[in-house]
Amino acid sequence: MEIILAFVIGALFAAGIYMLLRRSLLKLLIGLSLMSHATNLLIFTVARLTRGAPPVIGMTESVLEPPFADPMPQALILTAIVISFGVTAFALSLAFRAYRSLGTDDLDQMQSTDA
Amino acid sequence: MNVLLILPIIIPMFTGILTLFFRYSLRTQRLVSLIGTGALLGSSIALVLDVHRNAIQAAQMGNWPAPYGITLVADLFGAVMVLLAGIVGMAVAVYSLVSIDRQREQFGYHPLYHFLLMGVCGAFLTGDLFNLYVWFEVMLMASFVLMALGGERGQMEGAIKYVALNLVSSAMFLSALGLLYGMAGTLNMADLAQKLSVNPPSQSPGLVTTVAMLFMIAFGIKAAVFPLFFWLPASYHTPPVAVSALFAGLLTKVGVYALIRVFTLIFLQDIGYTHSLLLVVAALTMISGVLGAAAQNEFRRVLSFLIISHIGYMIMGLGLFTPLALAGAVFYTAHHIIAKTNLFLVSGVVERLGGTPELKKLGGLYRAQPALGLLFLIPAMSLVGLPPLSGFVAKLSLVRAGLETGQYILVAIALGVSILTLFSMLKLWTEAFWKPAPESDTKKPGINIRAWLFPIAFLAATTVLIGLGAGPMFRFALQAGDQLMNPSIYIQAVMRGVP
Repeated sequence: MEIILAFVIGALFAAGIYMLLRRSLLKLLIGLSLMSHATNLLIFTVARLTRGAPPVIGMTESVLEPPFADPMPQALILTAIVISFGVTAFALSLAFRAYRSLGTDDLDQMQSTDA
Repeated sequence: MNVLLILPIIIPMFTGILTLFFRYSLRTQRLVSLIGTGALLGSSIALVLDVHRNAIQAAQMGNWPAPYGITLVADLFGAVMVLLAGIVGMAVAVYSLVSIDRQREQFGYHPLYHFLLMGVCGAFLTGDLFNLYVWFEVMLMASFVLMALGGERGQMEGAIKYVALNLVSSAMFLSALGLLYGMAGTLNMADLAQKLSVNPPSQSPGLVTTVAMLFMIAFGIKAAVFPLFFWLPASYHTPPVAVSALFAGLLTKVGVYALIRVFTLIFLQDIGYTHSLLLVVAALTMISGVLGAAAQNEFRRVLSFLIISHIGYMIMGLGLFTPLALAGAVFYTAHHIIAKTNLFLVSGVVERLGGTPELKKLGGLYRAQPALGLLFLIPAMSLVGLPPLSGFVAKLSLVRAGLETGQYILVAIALGVSILTLFSMLKLWTEAFWKPAPESDTKKPGINIRAWLFPIAFLAATTVLIGLGAGPMFRFALQAGDQLMNPSIYIQAVMRGVP
């Protein structure tokens, strides 16, 4: 399972970076959100996948027995998803506003502020 | 639990929320904003004094013991950074009152300003890597909006580059963080330091270095170091001056802070590789920044490139990795934040008086405003490193540390870059202040700039004060450097009471 996910993550990163390198503003944003999905999956996978072992202490036990799914990365991912959701919403509105005021969504045309 | 650790975060938060309530009364917003930054400055002074007197302070949020909950920590370095955020926050808030236009104020300038300060202070105080990520995002979100607020053409272009590159950096940071969690099973910085030093992951020692490199790139983008700085000169000159002054003073320095923190506390497994790479990066950053500045012909663009160049000095202090070098890096960061913010504030007055940021069309300002000229020279010469101003001591200690460790080439570069900085500063001085005013200039009715000069004079006085009080200030920086070199003190302070 880890192997498959590793390939999926790699493909997502590659696709994201490919989209970042394109000239359209919208594709840049798609690339950024692909990268954030890849990152979330990476956190999920790297913290080891455990099946069918919820981190719950049984009625008769007093400590959690070792093979259990770590809830921490899921909490991290949840936070990261919320943040990237907000950031993407802002970036989309920024891109739209930029398109309206600059009249183009071609990143190569946006060079007036470059050094 | 030490309440001083929480105040620098909740004061800006409540100030920001309060200003949101007074959306239709700009006067109340301004008053609240001033009181808020004043309170932040006061609490940060109290924090520095407390940390100085009683060693490193740590507080466990929600009383969850150290590696499980979120810890707030203030060592001397972190506390000083919070103090600098307080000083800069206060000065720029006063400056904003006279320089920011009504429209931006009506569309939420003041709340965003305080949320930005909250993010910055949070990043300086947190002891948890994931929490650091969250504070980065708080800070970035506020800075994105401040950067784009107003919607001018240049701002839009600058904001897109700024947002895109910072989001790439955040994705890298988050990936690195996930990998680190997979290796060590914790994200508390003190706990990570302990786990990685006592019991390095045996299966693949190279993995830690790989993750360290990911962190270096992620924070390097935010700190604008050598190959990763392109967003900075493309965006920092676009927003209103008060905003770029705040960004110039604080935001890149949060990246520098994060670099110094992780590379003195967590990633010490392969110093020979990581810290030598930092030295190379430092040298290239210094050179590319100062050469870029020499090629620019607008006031704020020159200053933006000089930020990059001086980031190089701070990274140099980190890369040399001796107590003296780290003290130099701390001192340099402190001096740089104040001097650089001040120069941006001056650039605002210059643009206002001259009506243009282009150096060619400026001139004669020394004759018109001698006080402004003097106030420009203080931070400018301090950045160059002339004694007795603060930059001299900062550079001296870095150079000495470099000589002690035998990095002669790096020292030569640092000194050469100083001279080129002098060249850029003199260019600004002769073009904007010294040469006669251009003739076609339609005489504007005298603009009263007295109110603009208060924050500038305040920061200039701070620069002089740091320079004159260099002895005690430097002893303080040495203590901070010692704490950074001995992570065990930090670890003990955080993990107190944990077996």
